[in-house]
Parts: sequence; C-alpha cells; structure tokens
Amino acid sequence: MPTVGLFIPCYVDQLYPRVGMATVELLEERGYRVEFPTGQTCCGQPMANTGCTAEARPLAERFLELFGKYEYVVAPSGSCVAMVRCHYDEYLAGRPGFEELKAKTFELTEFLVDVAKVDRFSRRFPHRVGLHQSCHGLRELRLGSSSERMVAHYSKAEKLLRMLDGVQLVPLARADECCGFGGTFAVAEEAVSCMMGDDRIHDHESAGAEVITAGDMSCLMHLEGLIRRQHKPLRVMHLAEILAGDKL
Amino acid sequence: MNSKDRILSDLRAQRLPVAELPSLVQAWTRYEDPSAQFTSLVESVGGRVARLASRGDLPAALAEVPAFVAAQQIVSGVAEIVGNVDLARVDDPHALEMVDFAVFPGEFAVAENGAVWVTDERVSHRAIYFITQHLALVVPVDQMVHNLHEAYARIALGTSSLGVFISGPSKTADIEQSLVIGAHGPRSLTVFLVG
Amino acid sequence: MNHAPLAAEFVKDRPRAQWHDATLWFVRAKRDKAAQSLPEWETLRDCAAQIKAHTQYRLADYLEQFEREATKRGAVVHWARDAAEHNKIVLGLLRNRGVTKLVKSKSMLTEECHLNPYLERNGIEVVDTDLGERIVQLAGEPPSHIVLPAIHKKKEDVGAIFHKFLGTDEGATDPNYLAEAARAHLRAKFVAADAGLTGVNFAIAETGGLVVCTNEGNADLGVSLPKLHIASMGIEKLIPRAADLGVFIRLLARSATGQPITAYTSHFHGPRPGGELHIVLVDNGRTSIRANEDFRRSLNCIRCGACMNTCPVYRRSGGHSYETSVPGPIGSILAPAGDPAKFYSLPQACSLCGSCTDVCPVKIDLHHQLLTWRGELGRKGLISWHKRLGMKLGSFMFRHPAVYRTVGTVARKLTPWLPRSLVYNRFNTWGRQRELPEFPAESFRQQFKRRSREQQR
Repeated sequence: MPTVGLFIPCYVDQLYPRVGMATVELLEERGYRVEFPTGQTCCGQPMANTGCTAEARPLAERFLELFGKYEYVVAPSGSCVAMVRCHYDEYLAGRPGFEELKAKTFELTEFLVDVAKVDRFSRRFPHRVGLHQSCHGLRELRLGSSSERMVAHYSKAEKLLRMLDGVQLVPLARADECCGFGGTFAVAEEAVSCMMGDDRIHDHESAGAEVITAGDMSCLMHLEGLIRRQHKPLRVMHLAEILAGDKL
Repeated sequence: MNSKDRILSDLRAQRLPVAELPSLVQAWTRYEDPSAQFTSLVESVGGRVARLASRGDLPAALAEVPAFVAAQQIVSGVAEIVGNVDLARVDDPHALEMVDFAVFPGEFAVAENGAVWVTDERVSHRAIYFITQHLALVVPVDQMVHNLHEAYARIALGTSSLGVFISGPSKTADIEQSLVIGAHGPRSLTVFLVG
Repeated sequence: MNHAPLAAEFVKDRPRAQWHDATLWFVRAKRDKAAQSLPEWETLRDCAAQIKAHTQYRLADYLEQFEREATKRGAVVHWARDAAEHNKIVLGLLRNRGVTKLVKSKSMLTEECHLNPYLERNGIEVVDTDLGERIVQLAGEPPSHIVLPAIHKKKEDVGAIFHKFLGTDEGATDPNYLAEAARAHLRAKFVAADAGLTGVNFAIAETGGLVVCTNEGNADLGVSLPKLHIASMGIEKLIPRAADLGVFIRLLARSATGQPITAYTSHFHGPRPGGELHIVLVDNGRTSIRANEDFRRSLNCIRCGACMNTCPVYRRSGGHSYETSVPGPIGSILAPAGDPAKFYSLPQACSLCGSCTDVCPVKIDLHHQLLTWRGELGRKGLISWHKRLGMKLGSFMFRHPAVYRTVGTVARKLTPWLPRSLVYNRFNTWGRQRELPEFPAESFRQQFKRRSREQQR
C-alpha cells in the first residue's frame, strides 16, 4: 500500500481541521496509507512572498527533511504545493532528494485525477456550485486551463466535481479572476483586496451559486470573511469537503 | 568614450546565454475564402469594401460614394479617376489640408487583418494618405495574402521612406472606450477589390 | 511613496473604481476574442519570446547593424546614455532648426525622460497629438495607462476639460462631438508644427527602419507635414529581421485592444524627400537591467498594456496609484530597477495571481519577477520593519513545532472568549471589512492523532 506524506498547510491545521480530515478520508478510501509528519508547520510561503527569503530558507530545508522519505506528498492546497514545486529552487536547488521531492508533491485534486486515477464517486451534492479557480493551482501548477492562454479547456477540480450526482456548476462572468487574498497582500493592500473579494462574491451570487468551492482554503477564508460580515446567504466549502461527502 | 561606445562596450561586457532565432516557417492560418475574410475584417473596423469586375468600373463605383460626390478637392493616383489637385505640382504638403477625397492604388491586401499595403514610392507627398478627409484604395483581388507572414515575405522594406498597412479609417476610443471614426486622418476608407 | 494608500483612495469611490475595472475588463475580453481568432496564438508567443531573447543576446551587434542601415538610408542616429542626454539631443535638434512648435505622437520613452516639461522650460510648445494623451496633457496629468492614457477619465471629465481649453459646449459629453472638436483643434496644431516626434514600436536591424503603430494616424500626420522627424526609442525596441514583424504585429494590437491590427502600421526608412529623420537610441538604465539575469526579460516588453488590462489590482487602483510612467505589472518591475527606495511598494501591489504572465504576448514571467523583486528589496533592507519583524517571529515559530502548537492552541482557545471590540481593534486590518475565521476547538493534528488512537483500539 503506497504511503502518502500528508502536507497540511499551517492555517488549515489550526483553523480548518475538517479540510484536513476530508483529505485523509479521500486518500484512504482510494487505498493509500496516510502519514502526518508531526514536525511540519509551514512551507515558508508567507516569508518568501514578503521578501524575507532568509526567514523562508530554514522552513524549506525542514520541509525536505520531513517529507523526503515519502512515496507521495499530498496537500489540499495549490498555493502551498506551488511553493514547493515552483519556488523552492531558490533554497534547495542541488540538494539531494529535492528534484524527487518536487516530482512527488501533489495538490489533492491533481493527485486524485493523475495518480489515483479517480473516475467516479458514488456521492451526491445536489447544489449549485461556484468553482473558484485559485490562482497558484491554476497558473503555477496548471490544474486547469487559464482563460488567458489559448489552449483547450480543462480543469481537474471541475472534472472531479462533475463525478458527483446533482452538482450544478454555475457559469461565472469572469472564469478565473483572483479573489484578492494574496497572503500578506490581503492586509498590505486591504482596500483593493476586499474590493476584489466583493467582486468575486458578486459574480458567484449573480450566477446563482449556493456555495463557493476552491482548492485553496486561503481564498475561501478571505471570501468567507467578507460574506459573513455582509450576512450573505452564500457558503464556502473546500473541494475536499465536497468530494468527501460533506453536506452543505 | 562617447555615449555610443560606452553603451556598446557595457552591453558587450555582459555575458548572456546563447539564444537562437526561431524558425518562422510554421503552419500559419490560411483562409478558405481570403477575400471574404478580408471584407468582413475591413467592415468590422469601420471600412467599406466594394468588389469591381475591372478598373474600368471605378468611376461608376465612386459615383456612388457620397463623400466622393460631395468632394471639392480630389487627389487621384489611379489612371481611371481624374482628380483636380495634382500632387506632383504641390510644393508643400500643408497645401493638402483642404483635400476632401483621395484615391490610390494599394499594392496588396491582407486577409487576416483587413489591411492594405501602400507606399510613398510614386506619391510625392506621403501626407496625402493621412490628411485627406476620405480615402479609397484600389487593390487587385489576386493580390491578397492570407496572413502577415506572407505579407512581410513579399515586401521589400527600405525601398521607400514610408510603407504602411492601412486598416480601416482613422479612429480613436480614447474617450471612455467609445469608438469614434475619423480621429485625425480619413473619416472613411473604401477598398475596391478589382478582378 | 506607497501604492496602498493611493489605491485605497481610488477604491473609496467604489462606483468609479467599479467602472474603471469594468472598462479595462472589457478591453481584456476583446483581447481574448482576438487571440482566440488565431489558432497559432501560443506559437506566436513562443516565437516572440525567442526572438526577443536572441535580440538581447546579440543586442550590441544589432544596434550597430541598425545604425549602419539607418544611416545608409539617410537617417541620423544619436546615442543617449540617460534621460538628460536624450532631452539635450532633442532640444539641440529643435534649436538648430529654429523649431518652436513640436507635435508628438505617443512615446512612453519621452514620458520616462520627462521630455515635455524640459522642452517647455526651454521655450518649445509641445503638443501631444494622441487624443488620450492630449486629454491628460490639458488636464495637467501624466497618462494613467500606456495604451489608453486617459482611461481613468469619464466622458464628463473630458467634456469639462474640453470646455475649458477648446471651448466646447458646457456639459457636452458625446464622444463623437468631443473627438470632432479635438480633431479641429489638433489639425491646427499639426499644420502649425515645425517638427514631429514619434515613439517607436519596433526598429529593424536588418533594414534600419522604424515601425510606428497608431489608430488615429497622428504619428503619420505629425511626421509628414513638417520637415523634421525625430524618433525616440529605447535600445530594447530592436528586432533582427523584417520578417520578425509578422510575429510582433500580429500580437501587438490583438493584445493591446483586441484589434487585428492598428489602423496605421507605418514603416519609416530614412527621411522623406527634402526632410530629415533623426533617431535617438536611449539606454537610461536598460543596460543595467539587462545585466540582471532575473529582470532581463522585462526588457522584452512591447508595451501592449495587456498586463494592465488583466491585472485585478491595476483595474481597481488606477494607473496613477503607481506614480511611474509605466504602471501596472510591467511598470512595477521596471520602476524599482531605476529607484528601488522610491518604488519599493510596487512589487507588493500584487496578489501574485499570475494573470499578467499568462496574458503577456512575449511571455515575460511578470509575477515571478515581482516575487523576485520582493526578495531583492528584502536584501536591500527596503521592507517595512513590522513586516520584517512579523516574518522573523513567524519563521522562529515555524522552526519550533512546539512553539507553533502552543501559539495555535492559545489563539484558538482564547480568541473566542475575547470581547469583539478587542479582537476587531484598529490594528486588525483584516477585520476592517472581514470576519476572522471561526476558531475550532481542536487543530487538525489533534483530530488526526485522536482518530489514529481510536483506530488502533
């Protein structure tokens, strides 16, 4: 039985335990043994994205030490996986095991589609769903086709969602615009960040979505913060929760 | 060291990775009916296309263009149309400010983007293409290329001081993205495809 | 200078910011449609990136070839190391010929060099003839976008400016009427001018020629009536062969405005009979950008503005919030290269969404370069102390899992008990418009551990 090293982003660990548990369930039901290396904390993206590369480096090094031994590394976050696959080079290029680590680290939906070859779920989610394409998953990991590039349309998240009975994906006016979270951007450029979030919510609302889902809880945390403050009836759920059979 | 030598020596002191030019021989888009493609493109940018069987039909065709009929000052670069302002006798292009209509030959047309290639090779004042209130270009229909790659393959750049692709009339969208035809140059463009 | 407060100011007028966003998104949507019309779009982008990389690799050779060919065709080529030298050359050319009235078509380089105020101080009347540029020139503002200089102005604003300067009817806002008034006003300027200055979209090494693209025909009028044509260009505008234009012209207008080609794509080779053509090649920091492996690719930019139209931040913060001649994603890379201390906030004015990178017709990895800039600014000590302190503390916590677990537990247990006014205090920027997440009693690792224990039983 192949073993997956489970990589749970720090804020998911502390704030969204259910997203982590849903990830475990999805992996186990496909026959994977899931291990959670308890020494893990954060991949270092907040530091790297703020320009504090010296502070990010030891976290990248720790990550390689902790996860290097697994057959697969899977995380329910496109952004954190993109940090490892697309941005760790600056810190770890040339280290033994680093190239292998990049090749075996997957975002959850990508792992389910490409490695576990999931082609069906016997579950229902009879709701109108707005799919938010989180940017790093989309444009760094290429989990789907971005609207800017003239390539054939595809989306791994969409493919999985369509396997659930009753899911109705609502058409958005702007298929893959950023929600405005952007890590420290959410605070450093608070005004623009919140307007971006409002605009995304409005798009999903106008399309008739009951729930916004995404591969990254960070986008949803930002959107949910706005939704709750404005007392809108819209809900947010991580893709893992919907796929694992959670009810709305 | 002068500025030129300084810039060049600074550039040469830097070691950049080798990068080769790509081949531009590719399967670029071609159109089943290039003149239909050309026509729809010209119309989409506010121009007009008229199809003529021969150049002999030009006078009759122009007689149906209101701007030509109303024109006081006309410059013509085509044999079939007689203008009343002779470019060759104009010393200063500023004198062309009052020209209402100009008709000139175009060398060839580009189906992909609705552009016509013209030059100032036999035109004594290149300003005429831009200063006239209305412009008509006459292009043989068999002088039509599919795309810009074919276009550049047939142009000998450098033989005239100006060569220009003209696509539609002069326009602007600088006020709230509202399209306005006739910014500084011609207010209308008619392309006669002949043959 | 800091982008965030200026952006916040722009966003404060929400309906106007929404209008600005929608107007630019409309341009982005037109671009998508135009790009879709060419099945070879991605091939063109690849070719463009390769041609630019090759040109940079052999830039010195191509510059020399360009000068040789241009000279052969009767042009005079000048070289300027910086903005001051460029401005001096232009003024010298004008003075020697007794020019007092200059018409200009769009040139971001002359914006970068602040040529207009320099010439005006020296007694030259300078008229920007692109309608958008004329609007902002009359308003006394810099352009807010490199392709759509007056995109931040509503037609009511333009109406008021034209009423004041061109005598149009008070309250008139019809774009056709206003553009017609500008046509008459600018025709008089074209006719009166003693010289025309243009920017350059592409310079061809093989033929010594220049390509200038406009929709209005203003560049062509401006250099076909007076005898003197001055063309100002950055040294990165070069391309090796005439055939390369097939790639770039196909990409440029489609990326910029969604048009298949601009109304006028003019190729100038030498002066017209009886006229003069002077070409000023300007470095102004480009050589030092080229020296940097990470930022070199930013010189491949063809100034189409697509990264601005697609940038979710630019669309909502307006071009002036960047306080630089080239705003938006590409400007946020170029500006700090010139003055990192002044423009330190621009690489942070970005959510790293990557849309700019995917839209760029020459495949500049814009958002990666912005990220690289952040690291660079960090090394230069140009990150605010509170950010740096926060990241230092964060890094310490994340390197010590026990500390991390404890901090997490305390925060989760404590926060729900705190009075709302304490949590949503004035230092809680997140909480100004957003709720904090609901804090769960257990972390994931606690739940996972408990579950593993239960399964073992």
